[in-house]
Amino acid sequence: MTEAAVGPVAPDPRPEVAPASMSARDLLSEAVAGIFSRPGRTVLTVLGTVLGIGALVATLGVAKTAGNQIVGRFDELAATSVVVTNEQGFFGGGGPRVRIPADAEERLMRLNGVTAAGSMGSVDVGGALVRSVPIPDPLAQTEFQMSIYAASPGLFDAVRATLRTGRWFDAGHSERGDRVAVLGPGAAQRLNIGRVDQQPVIFIGEDPFVVIGIIEGVLRQPSLLNGVVIPEGTARQLYDYESASTVQIDVQIGAASLIAEQAPIALNPNEPGLLRVQKPPEPEDLRRQVESDVNALFLVLGGVALLVGAIGIANVTLVSVLERVGEIGLRRALGAARRHIAAQFLVESTAMGLVGGVIGASLGVLVVVGISAARTWTPVLDPWVPLAAPLVGGVTGLLAGVYPALRAARLEPVEALRSG
Amino acid sequence: MIAPVVELRGVSRVFPAGDVSVTALVDADLVVEPGDYVAVVGPSGSGKSTMLNILGLLDRPTSGTYLLEGIDTSTLSEGQRAGLRSRRIGFVFQSFHLLSHRTVLENVLLATIYNRMPRSERLPAAEEALRRVGLGHRMDFLPTRLSGGERQRVAIARAIVTRPALLLADEPTGNLDSATGESVLAFFDELRNDGLTLIVVTHDDKVSQHAERQVRLRDGRIERAA
Repeated sequence: MTEAAVGPVAPDPRPEVAPASMSARDLLSEAVAGIFSRPGRTVLTVLGTVLGIGALVATLGVAKTAGNQIVGRFDELAATSVVVTNEQGFFGGGGPRVRIPADAEERLMRLNGVTAAGSMGSVDVGGALVRSVPIPDPLAQTEFQMSIYAASPGLFDAVRATLRTGRWFDAGHSERGDRVAVLGPGAAQRLNIGRVDQQPVIFIGEDPFVVIGIIEGVLRQPSLLNGVVIPEGTARQLYDYESASTVQIDVQIGAASLIAEQAPIALNPNEPGLLRVQKPPEPEDLRRQVESDVNALFLVLGGVALLVGAIGIANVTLVSVLERVGEIGLRRALGAARRHIAAQFLVESTAMGLVGGVIGASLGVLVVVGISAARTWTPVLDPWVPLAAPLVGGVTGLLAGVYPALRAARLEPVEALRSG
Repeated sequence: MIAPVVELRGVSRVFPAGDVSVTALVDADLVVEPGDYVAVVGPSGSGKSTMLNILGLLDRPTSGTYLLEGIDTSTLSEGQRAGLRSRRIGFVFQSFHLLSHRTVLENVLLATIYNRMPRSERLPAAEEALRRVGLGHRMDFLPTRLSGGERQRVAIARAIVTRPALLLADEPTGNLDSATGESVLAFFDELRNDGLTLIVVTHDDKVSQHAERQVRLRDGRIERAA
């Protein structure tokens, strides 16, 4: 060609010959050119990773979003209710029961966070029927089997009751053993009592009680609605009422867990474990539960999709290696070392994984936003999820490319050029 | 003193094939001085390809010494051999080996990415090489739109863009009709007149007649090095 082309090289027994080299930029542009040389196939190859990464991102996002939604909708009524019962005795369900002390209400009101507390329990009246003032009516039933409840004065607030008319009994009624009763709306209707201003009387068996109030509704302990409620002190005097069975506690928001821990100790310091406590589920627990439920299933699906995507990339890269045997031979002839060939195919498969990861992460975010929009939720996604997703895709591509790249690097240029 | 471009000293190449081994090249001696135009001829199976692969540093001799521009290539690592290949040797193949979805210019540029040529020099060098082979107007074409003769000229441009010391051609006219083949050979003459050292491997007498010296191979042995 020119003088320079045939320039003299002095004989040198130990030559310093620079090895082949390839800049990172060239490596990258060669890989990109390789990817875009068959765009249709590249799209199909990337699809597997797109689906895998998309499923993973969407799963994490939807789980997070749904979890947060539960916290947003958390039930104020349920979250402020703690119920203690003595259903479980020494010997499980059937044994003798722990007594709930008569001053349960006072003990509980001393706890910080309790806004109202009241005990209640069924009164055994020996099968006595309930009737109002006898008006002989041959056509109508006048005596009824009814649930009689003994309640402490604080129960009214603890169950968040409202009155239709009259009043609730107070501590004085209970201490004196006054024969007063408050009727649930169902009971009032059956006994045909609609007003209390003239102090109507009902009879439990032969015992007369003055009706001082009628309940309109309760938010907790709905069994009260069909019953006759009398003061605890009265029940003790008349019916040997021993102990309440249920203590309803109304707590401040956020105090439920604490009170649920403290209440049994306050009520039965010797054996607090014998009392059963019903408390609202913690929002944190609930959210975590939902997240883990959703995650476990779909993360597995996403992982499977990703694996399929990786196999897809490995497959296509391998096919591509076999197809490009001639090109590989040529590159070796042009001075590419084995590692350059391996690097090129690795970069190609990594780039495909990376692109799949980016597209998949975008689609996943769109799915989260779409589901949130359809359900009028607030989409929530950890910021690291869409950022890490492309990396996961890239690593997938890298791993998938290892075997094909090694195959490509192992090719002998002589044979590669012949078969190309 | 200027070292010969190629110096083979007692080079043999034995291919193990199960229990028996096939000797493709036996005790070959060859000296190619700068500016020589040598044709390696012989029937198929005579060891032409083996010799070409050894000369092109694509294969190592089993025994003997190969000096390329005075450098003993047997002492070099694979990476160094690849580096030498990329800078000092240009290849022209029978089947061109162009990348079909890269433009003519990109195909030529491919030869510059493995050999440390500064980036700023690459494009001018590739354009100059293409102009030299008369394809300055086809740089943005895909090889699939070119005729066979044009494709081979692209391959030649790719081989000379790095200004190698040695151009190795393997049946360069094997896939061309005689007219285009003749034009490629005429271009080789031109390159040779410019001082490039050429070794052409062929079984075609018409091709070998262009060379000033024929090396005839038969059963792996050099019959006559005239």
